[in-house]
Amino acid sequence: MNGELILFFVLAAVAIGAALGMLFSRNAVYSALFLILNFATVAVFFLLLGAPFIAMAQVTVYAGAIMVLFLFVIMLLGAEQIQHQARRGWQRPLAMLLTLALLAESAYLIFTRSDLLTVLEPAASDYGNPQAIGMLLFTEYLLPFEVTSILLLAAMVGAIVLVKEDRKKSGGQK
Amino acid sequence: MLVDWALVLEWVIKSILLVFILLTGFAYTTFYERKLAALIQLRIGPNRAGPGGWLQPAADGVKLIFKEEFTPAQAYKFVFVLAPIITVVPALVIMAVVPWGDVVNIFGRMVPLHIADINVAVLYILSVASVSVYGIVLAGWASNNKYSMLGGLRSSAQMLSYELALGLAFIGPILLAGSMSLTEIIDAQRNIWYIVYQPLGAVIFYIAMLAEVNRAPFDMPEAEQELTAGYHTEYSGMKFSLFFMGEYIKMAAVSGIFAALFLGGYRGPFVDELPALGPLYFFLKIVASLGVMIWIRATMPRLRYDRLMAFGWKVLLPLALFNVLITAVVIVALGL
Repeated sequence: MNGELILFFVLAAVAIGAALGMLFSRNAVYSALFLILNFATVAVFFLLLGAPFIAMAQVTVYAGAIMVLFLFVIMLLGAEQIQHQARRGWQRPLAMLLTLALLAESAYLIFTRSDLLTVLEPAASDYGNPQAIGMLLFTEYLLPFEVTSILLLAAMVGAIVLVKEDRKKSGGQK
Repeated sequence: MLVDWALVLEWVIKSILLVFILLTGFAYTTFYERKLAALIQLRIGPNRAGPGGWLQPAADGVKLIFKEEFTPAQAYKFVFVLAPIITVVPALVIMAVVPWGDVVNIFGRMVPLHIADINVAVLYILSVASVSVYGIVLAGWASNNKYSMLGGLRSSAQMLSYELALGLAFIGPILLAGSMSLTEIIDAQRNIWYIVYQPLGAVIFYIAMLAEVNRAPFDMPEAEQELTAGYHTEYSGMKFSLFFMGEYIKMAAVSGIFAALFLGGYRGPFVDELPALGPLYFFLKIVASLGVMIWIRATMPRLRYDRLMAFGWKVLLPLALFNVLITAVVIVALGL
């Protein structure tokens, strides 16, 4: 057993433990912290796979920016504690059903398409470096890249419109 | 797999050296701040402990160690202890990608004076900076104190907002050097510093980094007068000093990053002939940048919170975007 494999299993244990901790934690802030830990472990997985760019993006975007916003909202609403009597009776069976469907799908794929599990070609040496990613984004994947940016722009405009003060209604206030 | 133990030893020594320098540097940065601020405000400053007050940091350290460690009864204990640690660790590791010298010859062995020269160094800095927000947010929350909470929330909003301008200010030097590795960015400044090509970028970076490390005039999360010291109201003893340490180490670290991006890093006269001069130049540049930070703190009043956010989003961010656009257009037009 080589070092990389040991590292993989330790990281996998941490990642799964963090995910379970997120699910079963009764305090929303602790759930968020477990999720951050999970994202950080996934970033290390990317490093192990020789993709430093994706690893750093994972930490900056998910563990850094998005989860800070999560924490911000949880703290601002004071919604740390889950109410034990919360009515979510219909959610539980639905979640179980969907989980079973997902498991069945993965099992079907793994057992019927065994060619998916063959050893992959080793990646090119410049794989995952920023120059190579930028080159691919602006040549081969230009259209998806631009579509994504327009989607993000639309989301941004939408957010601004939603929080924009309605001048007619609050007229005279300011 | 053959492990080069000499190389491992070299890395370990360099890492320990860096941490040691940062921790000692922290103590003397506080002294530097108090002395320089005193000079600016026509006071004397600390002068009792040791000759000229030079043992003041040691006296402060001993005092903080012997202070009572108090944890509020209603605090979230685990996170309360975790928060100071999350504040200090990013401050210590962020310097790992900043080279502080060229390759030097030590006892016949060629030693490059940096810990990690990675091709995503700039992204590494951004990701570590984005993680460092958590220390203050969690400290504010775990204290279970409304003032601390407000301080924590303020800091998360402030740091997120200024991170955007900071990230965009990185793009100028990246475009000019054509690389995200700090070593290559510094090498590209062999003849002329990027502050000459990127004056606007440098100013934006400096302002945004003041906000990132919560320094005056952006020390909103603390704001003694309105929040009674904000996120660290409930902290005492060594836990408090960890926050203190985090702030001053971050000051030194971002100064180092600023020097690497805009002031030519370890480059200076005769560095090619005598590589050992590199760390000295780098040190002097950091000291100069720290001096400007202290100067700003000693002379500027704190901004009001809404003004701070308005400035970040309505002035700094558009200017940073403009700077990126201009830089890109000029580079393409001149065919650099």
